[in-house]
Amino acid sequence: MSHELVNPVPIKHKFFTPGVYVLIVIALNGLVFLMGRFFFGLGAVTNLNDQYPWGLWIGVDVAAGVALAAGGFTTAAFGHVMHKEEYHAIVRPALLTAMLGYTFVAVGVFVDIGRWYFIWHPLIMWNGNSALFEVGICVMIYMTVLYIEFLPIVTERFIGKVNLPGLLTALNKPADKILRLLDRGLSKTMFIFIIAGVVLSTLHQSSLGTLMVIAGPKMHPLWQTPVLPLLFLLSAVSVGFPMVIFESLIASRSLKLKPEMHILSRLGSMIAPLLGIYLAFKIGDMFIRETFVYLNEFTTASVMFSIEVVLGVIIPLRMFLSPKVLKSPPLLFTASALVVFGVLLNRINNFVVAYTPPYSTESYFPSFGEISVTVGFVALLVLAYRFIVMNFPVISLPGQQTAQPKKYTIRGVEK
Amino acid sequence: MSGKSRRDFLKKSVAIGSVATGLSASTAKAGPKNILSEDRMGVLVDTTACVGCRNCEWACKDAHNLPAGNLDSYEDRKILETKRRPDQTALTVVNEYPHGKNSNLPVDVKVQCMHCDHPACVSACIVGAFSKQENGSVIWDTDMCIGCRYCMAACPFQIPAFEYDKAINPLIMKCDFCFNRTKDGKLPACVNICPVEALTCGPRHELIKIARNRIKRNPNRYVNHILGEYEVGGTSWMYLASKEFKELDFPDLGKNPAPGVSESIQHGIFAYFVPPVSLYALLGGIMWITKRRKELEEEEKI
Ligand code: SF4
Ligand code: SF4
Ligand code: SF4
Repeated sequence: MSHELVNPVPIKHKFFTPGVYVLIVIALNGLVFLMGRFFFGLGAVTNLNDQYPWGLWIGVDVAAGVALAAGGFTTAAFGHVMHKEEYHAIVRPALLTAMLGYTFVAVGVFVDIGRWYFIWHPLIMWNGNSALFEVGICVMIYMTVLYIEFLPIVTERFIGKVNLPGLLTALNKPADKILRLLDRGLSKTMFIFIIAGVVLSTLHQSSLGTLMVIAGPKMHPLWQTPVLPLLFLLSAVSVGFPMVIFESLIASRSLKLKPEMHILSRLGSMIAPLLGIYLAFKIGDMFIRETFVYLNEFTTASVMFSIEVVLGVIIPLRMFLSPKVLKSPPLLFTASALVVFGVLLNRINNFVVAYTPPYSTESYFPSFGEISVTVGFVALLVLAYRFIVMNFPVISLPGQQTAQPKKYTIRGVEK
Repeated sequence: MSGKSRRDFLKKSVAIGSVATGLSASTAKAGPKNILSEDRMGVLVDTTACVGCRNCEWACKDAHNLPAGNLDSYEDRKILETKRRPDQTALTVVNEYPHGKNSNLPVDVKVQCMHCDHPACVSACIVGAFSKQENGSVIWDTDMCIGCRYCMAACPFQIPAFEYDKAINPLIMKCDFCFNRTKDGKLPACVNICPVEALTCGPRHELIKIARNRIKRNPNRYVNHILGEYEVGGTSWMYLASKEFKELDFPDLGKNPAPGVSESIQHGIFAYFVPPVSLYALLGGIMWITKRRKELEEEEKI
């Protein structure tokens, strides 16, 4: 087994940089508007109304958030289920992104629903007909699974290093014992959670697409199709690896690490076929339902649809087919960023742009407060990521044997 | 919009949907109360009889503890110049349109929840806060609702409203068919106050007979269409009019129940948990096989 490749360590780097201060300001600005929402109601901060019940927060924080966190389950399926160990180095960063991503999805839902204190209701009040119920339950369980999958990283960080201050020193030994016990139990059972994570993701990624099906003719025909669940699943699968590449290149840039090009190029080479399948279904659906007639008109819908497909799918698909792109970090980054942008736009299109209620008097555009909160969440997410990779063994440094004993390097895969 | 109507696309969508899943929507299990009683009640709104007095608006507010104002103030017809929608302050509103065939009188249309026979709101609600009651009313339970507003996105008639200005306990507001009155056999407040015979409350199947009769006796007065008889699978509230319903701002909806496609997809994905469990087993199998293969390879190396 190739341990040289999998070697996660806490990254040593200064936490506070000018960029970090900017992020903190953005996050604080978002929090201010968030307080407005909790004190004065949704109407005070958002542009939502009876015509447009769902807006930016559902489209981006929730729908796009879930899609862009798909790297977690695609890499888990690839690395653990198919045992491609060469890729294990990226499983942990992807897992961290997914964990943080889903946490913010949950926070996004909490903020958006009118009665946040009843967020637990779906646990005991079931409506099996509701796509939203399915999404809600799956996301809740999957988030728990992600936290469990992350636990070994925490135990690994602290085993043999528990050092409680003052009076608590007496507890050091027992704490260490518990951690070891937990670690042993987890590595024996982890495969259960890994498979569960993949199944749960498949389910709610597609159910997220079912959500808008019930809106029927309120949704523009360019997007409204009964195969929406399939399109959502395929796009989530195809954005998984690009997202991993995207964030891995950003992280190595910002933390001054050498990009893991040997893994990233290989990941990149798998994106083209996935994007191709997605594109085939998207175009095929368009021809079966003959919705291409709408592309002859010049409307917001047709323009947004074209941008989504051309810039977000076709161009990156062509790029990923070229070996030159796969070898060059800037080009690989551009191509991945385009896919990420394409899926983000697709979710915005599905939930916001496509939605035209029969009695709308004006169209919806997110308010400054809504945008502030969304951008603030993204800033917080980046800060949390930075903090965790500096304090926990997540990112692998090739070649340096500074890691924990081998036993802890790969979770759930017993040797 | 170009030549094709959205309804056509929807029709096609339904066809693709049922092929894609191969399952019917009738296999619902866990879910809210959704009764389709033979004797469910309904209201027939005859827009040719309505005089636009808006007394129903007042009575509705009065019956639901909403600020109603003085009944006299409703005589002011200026408000009819703008098109309004039911919202958190008024569960029903009357809009006025230019006259229809064979009459010089304007057409007044009372708008409220249609109390669908296959309600999208009931199917959509994440916690099952909406339910279709035996007497035909579609009602909402404030103790369950989490305020996600999916019901609003789902309703094809764009009816449920939400109290966006409330930080605590915002309500979903919509006509409840005066459930508190109708469950005891009383008439809805709006029907009760209507001074002309614009609103007729009764068993739905009776109302359809009455409506057909009126059209037959007065073919010059009505267009030959009972809105709500078949739309989205039928609604408890139905309309008669002297002009095409499209001109009265009714959305052009097909005959298929609004939740049909999404429910069949939903049940297709879940079908008694067979697909998720099979997927789990499949992935487990792959994981085990690839692991075995890796182990064998390593053994060979040694
Ligand atoms: S009109 Fe809308 S709110 Fe009323 S029952 Fe039908 S779907 Fe529900
Ligand atoms: S807003 Fe309330 S009633 Fe409407 S779908 Fe959500 S939980 Fe159900
Ligand atoms: S039935 Fe009751 S709630 Fe509905 S419009 Fe009439 S008065 Fe209002």
